Amino acid sequence: MANTTAAAPAGAAPQEGTRRDFLFLATGAGLAVGAGAVAWPFVASMAPDAATIAAGAPLEVDLSPITDGQIVNVFWRGKLIFVRKLTEKEITDMKAVPVGQLIDPAAADTRVKKGHEQWLVVYGNCTHLGCVPIGHSGNFEGWSCPCHGSQFDALGRVRRGPAPINLPIPPYAFQSDTKIRIGEEGGKAAA
Amino acid sequence: MSAHGNTYVPRSRLAKWFESRLPIVGLVHSSFVAFPVPRNLTYFWTFGAILIAFLGIQIITGVWLAMHYEPSAKGAFDSVEHIMRDVNYGWLLRYAHANGASMFFVAVYVHIFRNLYYGSYKAPREVLYILGVVIYLLMMATAFLGYTLPWGQMSYWGATVITNILAAIPVVGDTIQSLLWGGYSVGNPTVNRFFSLHFLLPWMIAGVVVLHVWALHVTGQNNPTGIPIKSSKDAVPFTPYATIKDVFAVVVFMILFAWFIFYQPNYLGHADNYVPANPAVTPAHIVPEWYFLPFYAILRAVPSKLGGVILMFSAVLILALAPWLDTSRVRSCNYRPIYRQFFWVFVAVCVILGWLGAKPPEGGYVIASQICTAYYFAHFLVVMPLVGLFETPTPLPGSILESVTGPGKQVGGSGMPAGAAAAPTTKG
Repeated sequence: MANTTAAAPAGAAPQEGTRRDFLFLATGAGLAVGAGAVAWPFVASMAPDAATIAAGAPLEVDLSPITDGQIVNVFWRGKLIFVRKLTEKEITDMKAVPVGQLIDPAAADTRVKKGHEQWLVVYGNCTHLGCVPIGHSGNFEGWSCPCHGSQFDALGRVRRGPAPINLPIPPYAFQSDTKIRIGEEGGKAAA
Repeated sequence: MSAHGNTYVPRSRLAKWFESRLPIVGLVHSSFVAFPVPRNLTYFWTFGAILIAFLGIQIITGVWLAMHYEPSAKGAFDSVEHIMRDVNYGWLLRYAHANGASMFFVAVYVHIFRNLYYGSYKAPREVLYILGVVIYLLMMATAFLGYTLPWGQMSYWGATVITNILAAIPVVGDTIQSLLWGGYSVGNPTVNRFFSLHFLLPWMIAGVVVLHVWALHVTGQNNPTGIPIKSSKDAVPFTPYATIKDVFAVVVFMILFAWFIFYQPNYLGHADNYVPANPAVTPAHIVPEWYFLPFYAILRAVPSKLGGVILMFSAVLILALAPWLDTSRVRSCNYRPIYRQFFWVFVAVCVILGWLGAKPPEGGYVIASQICTAYYFAHFLVVMPLVGLFETPTPLPGSILESVTGPGKQVGGSGMPAGAAAAPTTKG
């Protein structure tokens, strides 16, 4: 053993690593961590700021002035939300739609809150590219989008493309029979 | 060049003192005075100069508009009207900036199609060409950001549609969208940061333009024959020949520009953008500016949202692969009888895509968009590689000079500096 180490003095040295190697790796690691640490605040500053988040607090909507069949626009977090009071006919018609044939299958009772079947609350931007669909138009008692021709039914379910999915339902809960709070689901604030 | 005594030689003591410390006069002289350009360049080669002129116009008018513009959701629309009504010559600055963007794209499209026709993208100009594609991408981003700033209906809904496109990107899409919005939807933080980025990107374009011109001066210019400069008789000095021709072309192009500014200032815009942004109402028909229409048609050609996004970006990025997809050994379409016809079909397809992009996405328009989109990609992926392999090019001229004067003729000519025509440059 002693013989072999003595015979290869030049080959043995690099295995231990030199001080230069250490400095190279330490500097490289320091640079990478430093670059990341500097980049982080720049990227993070572009995320929604504290004021924007605060302005996105839950929103209470009084349902009492809304009449049968009416669609009311409200804004929460800058996003348009439709609050719609369905008529008896619309409720029955929607329950009769075979779920399996829908583009984005969703049963009628999953689109509304239990015990409040009259009320539909959905985001008001088409799920294709974000245009605002026009209410009480199209062939399905719901909305039709003027931009690319998507159609939604009275429960905001997509019935004709190019929109890929149903109008999403924002987090909301009934405070009473005539008042909802958008942005809160069952007492928990939305993230 | 030095053999012809055509290098910059400082005369005065001050010039000598300065040149030995910063040889910038010599650099300008060798790049824009003595630089040899092919003697057969046509007016299609003046669009680079026109584009530089428009980059300058856009930056100057833009900086001046920024003195009066207010980048906020509340103030943007009113401040643009304030520019139009109250600011001295504000209407001129704004119309020049808005129409300048369109003219910029007119010029860049001529520049790109000229490049494709004469095979300028082929070796050894690949890097030069890819830098051009990068400039084009930066131009598109800048134009999109700028169009959102007046905060009219088209601004707002254009921003909404395009940022929703980005959300289709898997995994990181939502994060990118949120970082662009700075909120939960397009709003005040969005217009504020779009203004900042709209101010930044032109300087990045200027930086890449420097690289583009640098690369051009390494490889030299292509020309209508596609064959390189072989002797000094094939070339003329940049100044006065190219300089004067470029300036003349810029002036002529300015007539078109001025006609739009003074007679049709809103022809290329949309009336809906004079309605303040309203998040509750979408304009009946959202269309992008004319220069994005072919890509908008490609986006809508596929029923899948993600698929459309991928195709749209690929349509631009595939340009960058042209140097390797084209298998022909001949550059210029002047000598490529088969490919020349495919080239014009490709131009027609691009124009038709532009027309389709302005139409509602229904019925026959969608089918036509799908056919044209397929052809657009087939041109690069099928036509370019195959025609290059099977085509027999017509005979190339022996030299650039021969292409100008006809074969076998003696010319006492005005080639590079040896001739009398170059005399002005040697007077220093």
